[in-house]
Amino acid sequence: MDQFTLNLIVIGLSFALYIGIAIYTRAGSTSEFYAANRGVSPVMNGMATAADWMSAASFISMAGLIAFTGYDNSTYLMGWTGGYVLLALLLAPYLRKFGKFTVPEFIGDRFYSQTARIIGVICLLIISITYVIGQMTGVGVTFSRYLEVSNSTGLWIGAALVFCYAVLGGMKGITYTQVAQYVVLIIAYTIPAVFIAMQLTGHVLPQTGLFGTHDASGAKFLAKLDQVVTDLGFANYTGHHKSTLDMVLFTLALMIGTAGLPHVIIRFFTVPKVSDARASAGWALVFIALLYTVAPAVGSMARFNLTATMWPGAVTGTEAGSTFSEPAISLEQIETAPELQWMRNWQTTGLLSWEDKNGDGLIQYYNEAGAEGAPVAEQIAAQGLTGNELTTVNNDIMVLANPEIANLPGWVIAIVAAGGLAAALSTAAGLLLAISGAVSHDLIKGAINPNISEKNELMAARISMGVSILVATILGLNPPGFAAQTVALAFGLAASSIFPVLMMGIFSKRINKQGAIWGMLAGILSTLLYIFAYKGWFFISGTNMLEDTAANWLFGISPASFGTVGALINFIVAYAVSSATEEPPVEVIELVESIRVPRGAGDAVAH
Amino acid sequence: MSDRQSSNAYWQANLRIIWVCLIIWALVSYGFGIILRPLISSISIGGTDLGFWFAQQGSILIFIVLIFWYAARMNRLDREHGVDE
Repeated sequence: MDQFTLNLIVIGLSFALYIGIAIYTRAGSTSEFYAANRGVSPVMNGMATAADWMSAASFISMAGLIAFTGYDNSTYLMGWTGGYVLLALLLAPYLRKFGKFTVPEFIGDRFYSQTARIIGVICLLIISITYVIGQMTGVGVTFSRYLEVSNSTGLWIGAALVFCYAVLGGMKGITYTQVAQYVVLIIAYTIPAVFIAMQLTGHVLPQTGLFGTHDASGAKFLAKLDQVVTDLGFANYTGHHKSTLDMVLFTLALMIGTAGLPHVIIRFFTVPKVSDARASAGWALVFIALLYTVAPAVGSMARFNLTATMWPGAVTGTEAGSTFSEPAISLEQIETAPELQWMRNWQTTGLLSWEDKNGDGLIQYYNEAGAEGAPVAEQIAAQGLTGNELTTVNNDIMVLANPEIANLPGWVIAIVAAGGLAAALSTAAGLLLAISGAVSHDLIKGAINPNISEKNELMAARISMGVSILVATILGLNPPGFAAQTVALAFGLAASSIFPVLMMGIFSKRINKQGAIWGMLAGILSTLLYIFAYKGWFFISGTNMLEDTAANWLFGISPASFGTVGALINFIVAYAVSSATEEPPVEVIELVESIRVPRGAGDAVAH
Repeated sequence: MSDRQSSNAYWQANLRIIWVCLIIWALVSYGFGIILRPLISSISIGGTDLGFWFAQQGSILIFIVLIFWYAARMNRLDREHGVDE
C-alpha cells in the first residue's frame, strides 16, 4: 500500500471518529453549548484541555525550536507548562465558583461595568482570532502535504470539518472530540520518539534517553551532541547563550499568557465542583507533560540525526575538530540514496534546500557566523570551502520529517499526519467556542438584546461560530503574512490584559471599575506599542520605528517578552487609579467574598 | 460576624498555601532552571548539569506534583472550615 493511501485511511478514520462523537453528544441548551452542562469529569476535562491548549505550534514547531537552540529555548517548555500552576492556584477554582459562561462576563460583573465587559470582549476577540488564523494555516499546510491537495482545498476541508463538530456539538461535543484528538495526537507524537530514542540510546522512554548514553560512541548523549554541534561551529547545545533577564521575562510572559488565554480558562467552567477545577488543572498538566517532556528528546535527537546525516564524520570522530578530516555527505547520495528520500520530499516544500556552492560534489553543513562559528569558518576556508551549503532547514520539519529521517514504517508517518491535524483542529475548535461565546453571550445577550430567548441565543451562538470559521478560513487563505508573529502578540495581549484583571478581581476587594478599565487599557496598549515599534505597525514591514535587535531593546527586553512588563503596568495603573477613586459598592465586595469560598458552586449548574 | 471571621481565617490559610506553592514554582523554573543554574552546575546529570534537567524536565514534573499537592491541601482546608461542597 502506498503512503498516500495509508495517509488517507488513517486521517479518514480519525475524522469519522470526531464527527461520530459530535453527533452523539450534540448540545441542546445554552448551558450544554457553553459549559457542557458542567458535567465533565476532571480527568476528561484535563485531557480535553491538553488537546485544546496544544496547538500546531506545540505539536509541530516546539521541538524544532528547541532542536536548533538547545537550552536557551527551554523557556518554551517551562513557560507553556508553568501557566497551569497559575491557573490552578489563582484563577480556575474562583472562576468556576463564579459560575458564569464567559470571561468577559466575569469582568463585567466583578467590575460592575458594561465598558469593562466590552473591553474584555475586544481583548478576547483579538487574542482568539489571531490565534485561530495560525491554526487554520497549519491545517491547510498539513492537508496539502499529506493528502496531496492544494493548500486552499486543504483549508476548506479543515473548515468544513470544524464546522460540523463545533457548531453542532458546542462545548459538550468539543470536549469529547478533544479527548479523542488528544489520544490521537499523543500517540502520534510518542511513537516516532520512542523508536528514535531506542535507535540512539537504547532507552524506551525518550525522557530518560535524553540523559542516557549514546550507544554508538559510548559517551553521554548530551555530551556527544555538544561535541558534534560545536565541531561544526554551532553554539553548544546545553550552554546558556541568551540574556538571563530576557529568558526570565519571556518564560513569565508565556506563563501568564497561558493563564490568561480565554479558550483555556473556559474549559474550567465545565467541571461540576470547585475542587474539580483545581484537580482538573493538574490533570491537564499531566497530559500536556506527556508531550512536553518528550519534546526536548525529540528536538535533541532530531538535531543529532540531522547533523550526523550531513556530516557522518561528526559522529565517528572522537577528538574535537576531527569532523573535518572526514568528508561531508555527497550531492549524489542526497539525490539517489533511498534512506534520504525525506530530503527530496521536503525539498519540494521549500522548507529544506541545499546548494553545492563550491562544486566539489559535497554538501558541507556548518556554522559560518558568530563568535562560535569563526574558528570553524577559518579551518574550513583553509580546506578551500566557500560556506555553508545546507541553505535552508526550517524548524517545522523536525517533527513531521522525524519518522522519515529515522526510516520508520509508512503507518507511523500517517499517524503523525493525523496527530498534526488533531492538534490544529482541536485548538481551532476551542478558540471558535470562546469567540462565539463572547459574541452571542456578551455582545448580543449582554449588550444588544438582553431579552433574547435561550433558543435564539443558542442560534446566535451557532451563527457567530459559523461566521468566525468563515472569517478565519478566508484570513487563513490569504494570511496577512505574520502568522508566527501573531502568536507572540496573542500571548502578550493575554498576559497584559486578561490575566491581571482576573487576578485582581479575585484577590483584591479594592480594585474598582475605573482601575480595571484603565489597567486593561494601559497593559494592552503599552504591549501593542512595544511590539509594533519593533515589528512594524500592524506588522507591515518597513513601518517599524526601531530595528528589532537586542541592542535596541529597552533594557534588553525582546518584544515577545514584553507581555510581562505589560502585565506589571496593568497592575500598577489599576492599583493607582483605584486608590484615587471611590471603593467598589458593597454588593461587589460580597461577590468577591462569595467566590473565595467553594461552597455553593453546585447551584450554578441550575442557573 | 463569627461567620465572617471564619471565612477570613479560611482565606488567610488559603493565601499561605498559595504563597508556598508560588515560591516553589518560581524556585524550580526561574531559580534552578535559569538564574541559579551556575550555582548548582557542579551536580552533573546525564552529560550535562542539574540546571539543564530542571529547565527541560524537572520543573514540569515538579509543577504537576505541586498542583496535586495544592488540590489535596485545599480539599482538607475546605473540610476543616466547613466550606466544602
